[in-house]
Amino acid sequence: MNIDQETIRKIAHLARLEFSEAEATAVGNDFNKILSWMDKLNELNTDNVAPLIHMSEEVNVLREDEVKVTISHEEALYNAPKKDSDYFRVPKFLS
Amino acid sequence: MALDKAILDKYQPVIGLEVHAQLSTQSKIFAPDSTEFGSMPNTNVSVITLGHPGILPRLNKKVVEYAIKMGLACHCEINRVNFFDRKNYFYPDLPKGFQTTQDKAPICKGGYVNIKLKDGVEKTITLNRIHMEDDAGKNMHLAGEVDTLVDYNRAGVPLIEIVTEPDLRTSDEAFALMNELRKLVRYLEVCDGNMEEGSMRCDANISVMLKGAKEYGKKVEVKNMNSVRNVQRAIDFEIERQIELLEKGETIFSESRQFDAENGTTHGMRTKEELNDYRYFPEPDLQPLHISDKWLSDIRSTMPALPEELYARFHKDYSLSDYDISVLTDTKEMALYFDELCSKTKNYKAASNWVMGSVKSYLNELTLHLNDFPITTAVLSELIALIDSGKINYSVASQKIFPELLKADGRSPLKIAEELNLIQESDSGQLEPIVQEVLAKYPEKVTEYKNGKKGLMGLFVGEVMKASKGKADPKVTTALLNKFLDN
Repeated sequence: MNIDQETIRKIAHLARLEFSEAEATAVGNDFNKILSWMDKLNELNTDNVAPLIHMSEEVNVLREDEVKVTISHEEALYNAPKKDSDYFRVPKFLS
Repeated sequence: MALDKAILDKYQPVIGLEVHAQLSTQSKIFAPDSTEFGSMPNTNVSVITLGHPGILPRLNKKVVEYAIKMGLACHCEINRVNFFDRKNYFYPDLPKGFQTTQDKAPICKGGYVNIKLKDGVEKTITLNRIHMEDDAGKNMHLAGEVDTLVDYNRAGVPLIEIVTEPDLRTSDEAFALMNELRKLVRYLEVCDGNMEEGSMRCDANISVMLKGAKEYGKKVEVKNMNSVRNVQRAIDFEIERQIELLEKGETIFSESRQFDAENGTTHGMRTKEELNDYRYFPEPDLQPLHISDKWLSDIRSTMPALPEELYARFHKDYSLSDYDISVLTDTKEMALYFDELCSKTKNYKAASNWVMGSVKSYLNELTLHLNDFPITTAVLSELIALIDSGKINYSVASQKIFPELLKADGRSPLKIAEELNLIQESDSGQLEPIVQEVLAKYPEKVTEYKNGKKGLMGLFVGEVMKASKGKADPKVTTALLNKFLDN
């Protein structure tokens, strides 16, 4: 499997990552290694095997519909890179 | 835009709806934060809602039950083995970087909703699915503000998304479907159905094709309709816009468009993710959800009678008109009140007139809920019986006694009628002198009547009523007047 630079750029954009040319090449090489490993796994016949989504056998881990206050308004905003007393602030993305 | 009807008639619109309904649970779908509307910004949040690293979401049991109720009401197949998927995209109102939804295994599959159109035609609209997901926060783009402000109170509020097949052909059908869905969520009490406040939202997928064509046209998604009426307006506008483009030989661009309620038009939106590649994959942090037979039947047993069922029963048991029944079944509360009233009186037509008339207008006037209506069905049935027995007439009952009953001070309709001296005089012996007195007062009118001016009867009856202070039985009075005048 050989991944091209355009696919790398597309995936990087979707993940909001920025790479220099050199980094993109390095990432491309890593990607190829991962995909080769996947090719290896694909050699195994998994017809009629349900995909494993969860590592535990547990089902129906549910909550009752009860309200709990777990953090304060101030705590909620504490780690925000930009905020005011009420809101999280992000760069304006619509004019 | 006003296209010629002949041109519009060449095309067949094809419409599908995606309806989001906010479930009226106390807490969010995966976190215990309150879902209360209108709280101070960023107060109903938790580390789960804010998408902090290392958090573990936990599914709200009631969300599952509400989604299943809606599925059962829409005749869906309930999926017994559920899991959630991550729909990945970056947007500031989505702190986790993905929406938690059900892509592969929706909780409700298929199903249908029957709608009734204005001309009485019925149509079945097939559903594709109903699935559970979380709502996003709210972005605010204020004028003069360099930043976008984000409030995460709404993030994680539970939603069900009801997706129809492209079965709708007109905006009237979409209108009827929205009304029906809203009625259903309100009957089930799973959502308040308030489109203006955004607790019910609708996106419409619209395309047009030449009549007889085999393949659907390119579809356009229209968003942001905040009332059922606006869903209809947006669809009408979009159909014409697309036909006009096709008539000019242009192609339709598959896109998302925003409806503008001010001028009734739609305009293109910037897409959320230009590549529209959501890279769905199963959400590993939420354990699978299995629905047992027992759980399903427990949920089924808590379901109220639904509008369709009540409609059929009212038709059969009470032989009322389609119009009356549709008004009476509009809300669950009214249908139940009426049904209870009919267990106490056999005069179903009178019962329906009282509920649709005096009761409904009183509630509308004071914007009251039927649960807060002071007159019990037992008392109202006594009032109906009092009219049926001839002791009082309808106008006295509605104008004099009904307002007294609203005080709900324990007095019966009969007691009020006696206290206010409203018991009707139907003894012709008592009425005869009054009738003769009235006729003696208007000798010229009597002559005119005898010469053929039969319309004067109303005047005579009115005068007798006046002289008897409204207590004369109109039927007996008319009979007496006829007796004297025809001699």
